[in-house]
Amino acid sequence: MPTSTITFRETGSSIKVTPVDEVSLEARAASLATRSIKTTSKRAALHLAIRCMDLTTLEGADTPEKVASLCQKAKRPDPSNHDVPSVAAVCIYPEMVHHAVEGTEGSNVKVASVAGAFPSGLSTIEARTADIADAVKRGADEIDIVLNRSAFLSGDEQRAFEEIVASKDACGEAHLKVILEVGELGSYDKIRQASMLAMAAGADFIKTSTGKIPQASSLPRVLCMAEAVRDFAQQTNISVGIKAAGGIRTAKQAWHYLVVIGETLGTEWLSPEMFRIGASSLLNDVLLQLNRLDSGSYSGPDYVTVD
Amino acid sequence: MGNSNSKDESSLEDFGIEYASAIESTSLVNIKDKYGLFIDGNFVDSSSGKSFKTLNPSTEKPLSVVTEASSDDVDRAVRSASVSYEKYWKKMPGADRARYLFRIARHLQERAREFAVLETLDGGKPIKESRDVDLPLAAAHFFYHAGWADKLEYAFPQRKLEPHGVIGQIIPWNFPLLMAAWKLAPALACGNTVVLKPAETTPLTALLLAEVIRDVDLPPGVVNIVTGAGETGSAIVEHPEVNKLAFTGSTEVGKLIQRSAVKRNLPLTLELGGKAPHIIFEDAALDQAVEGVINGIFFNQGHVCCAGSRLLVQESIADYFIDRLQKRIELLRVGNPLDKNTDIGAINSLAQLERIDQLVKAGIDEGAEVFKPSCSLPENGYWYPPTVLTGVQQSHRVAREEIFGPVLVVQTFRTAEEALEKANNTPYGLSAGIWTEKGSLIHWMAERLRAGVIWANTFNKFDPTSPFGGYKESGFGREGGMQGLAAYLKNSGGNS
Repeated sequence: MPTSTITFRETGSSIKVTPVDEVSLEARAASLATRSIKTTSKRAALHLAIRCMDLTTLEGADTPEKVASLCQKAKRPDPSNHDVPSVAAVCIYPEMVHHAVEGTEGSNVKVASVAGAFPSGLSTIEARTADIADAVKRGADEIDIVLNRSAFLSGDEQRAFEEIVASKDACGEAHLKVILEVGELGSYDKIRQASMLAMAAGADFIKTSTGKIPQASSLPRVLCMAEAVRDFAQQTNISVGIKAAGGIRTAKQAWHYLVVIGETLGTEWLSPEMFRIGASSLLNDVLLQLNRLDSGSYSGPDYVTVD
Repeated sequence: MGNSNSKDESSLEDFGIEYASAIESTSLVNIKDKYGLFIDGNFVDSSSGKSFKTLNPSTEKPLSVVTEASSDDVDRAVRSASVSYEKYWKKMPGADRARYLFRIARHLQERAREFAVLETLDGGKPIKESRDVDLPLAAAHFFYHAGWADKLEYAFPQRKLEPHGVIGQIIPWNFPLLMAAWKLAPALACGNTVVLKPAETTPLTALLLAEVIRDVDLPPGVVNIVTGAGETGSAIVEHPEVNKLAFTGSTEVGKLIQRSAVKRNLPLTLELGGKAPHIIFEDAALDQAVEGVINGIFFNQGHVCCAGSRLLVQESIADYFIDRLQKRIELLRVGNPLDKNTDIGAINSLAQLERIDQLVKAGIDEGAEVFKPSCSLPENGYWYPPTVLTGVQQSHRVAREEIFGPVLVVQTFRTAEEALEKANNTPYGLSAGIWTEKGSLIHWMAERLRAGVIWANTFNKFDPTSPFGGYKESGFGREGGMQGLAAYLKNSGGNS
């Protein structure tokens, strides 16, 4: 096993982290992006992308009406075609949770709420855990919080770790997704370390980005996280999920992510329980591609709904 | 995707998602029924009338018939090169020679796809390699040397430079076009004329290059391309009017050529076999090191003289690393070389396939454990699965002899000193690879490894500006860079 470790004082536990070589990692990600998929398999891939999708709206201007509309779309992405599956979850702010619970009632669509002073995480841990508990109380099935980059990058990994442990406690039964905000971490080595730290602290999912800064998810970053997930599973027998979010807009991009996950972690990870794509505009592109498979022609943006 | 041995792991196919077989079209390639010898600017018949077939190794189907050059034909080619040297090339200003080289480079770029498909058909290598490696590099070598043609006196100042005259060049079958470019570009840039012999299993891209050479109006006889096997090669080597020899190929043949050259005090460069160590330290970026090892040994089916064929892995990470490596090998796609998703293509010839098989069997007899993935191989054609031999000792044949196929042998080490000792304990010395995040260890190793090329945290990276060549039985002389130019000029002070 790799020899460099992060050790935690109180728990005495340690995790082993291998370094990452930037050039080779990016080359591998680029080569995976050149795989082409059979036309007959395209429908299965597009359905899978929809089933793994967290349909997201995280705007200050969100309204109950907008959330209701999002939930409708989440349950039945294509009203004219019942074969198209529903998405995995809707992802919203805590204030909107009860609207989402109402909107998704009677369906398999989960309600995911960001919480814990999203997107910066820069408030006291007490305030953040209270925020999490509140969102859970309102009915959220899943909680997306941010890693304390300030603590992690300044060398206080212990604090970043303990805050995730506390957040996990506050979640109760709800699933915890920890956003690493990879665009702020500065190197693949840090992404790999942060991934291992979040998983060791109890994250059910590790997630790339908030979508609130320009540098978001990318194939090499997700490959780097997937390699960490694979190592963690090997060291602990615990399988942690991955969520790619931010900047994923096209069906083709979504397919590249499925390839990276499938080839790195195996097909057990190709399910909504283990893999998510957080996106707002992606769904419409996937629907357009599905329509094209049926009709043979590309209909255009006016033939899918804006939500 | 390959299926894993264990039951609970499945492939993307099982999930209902299959990669498309994205077959590159062969419509651009126009293979003639028969090819002549390219002598004095024309395609001509052999005086003997002999010919031989060239096959597609992935289907075993014949692609074309190629003329076998007799010693009379070689004599014609050498005379043409000799006349052309005196008449045109020796007198031509460097800037004008450069224009021809630039033209060849541009033609290669323009016809890159055609060349890549032909290279893959004739040699069996995956299209993604001929497209992304062989062709861009071949063009780059002509561009690079075109730049030197009028600047030679700046490369070797205060010397009375002179071309050798007629150069005899013999190249192997693993990178047919690229090796032709490595040989021709510096020879022409320095003002020499050439008789070049491509390998008998892969002559077609060199013959297509002959068309390019004709299309750019290179004066007739400056480049002559004669096809054939060992006898044709030996006619070039023995010809009294050849002024210098350059050979890339096996150490065995290299020694024969050296014996002959020595008698006539003929300048010679040899680029021969290898058994490169690929050394992984425990602090390396292990996931990327796995990729590097894969690329090092399975690139071009392992038909690479500088292939990283001996993996030396630090014992503290050995089990982990070998496990990762095997899981990764399961994902390699072996099959139709024209498929853009293919990672490993066909073995170049039946003879080579038999040699690989025989050496692996010898390794197993000597006690090595063998790992092969569960991938299925096509029925026709020459195929060998990516293979890893563990439990290999320094004295085993598979640890000492060049296999020249997709076979990796694994040994472990405890200290850097031990890694170094094992790495250097080989008659070869072409290349080596080091993976560690510790810069000082890279330097410590690189100073002590006896190999011509040393890669750190990468493998199989090539560039025309960088000299390439070996120590010991891997040959002498360099190709690429200023050192490569030196071999094609008298009085340059370099190895020529």
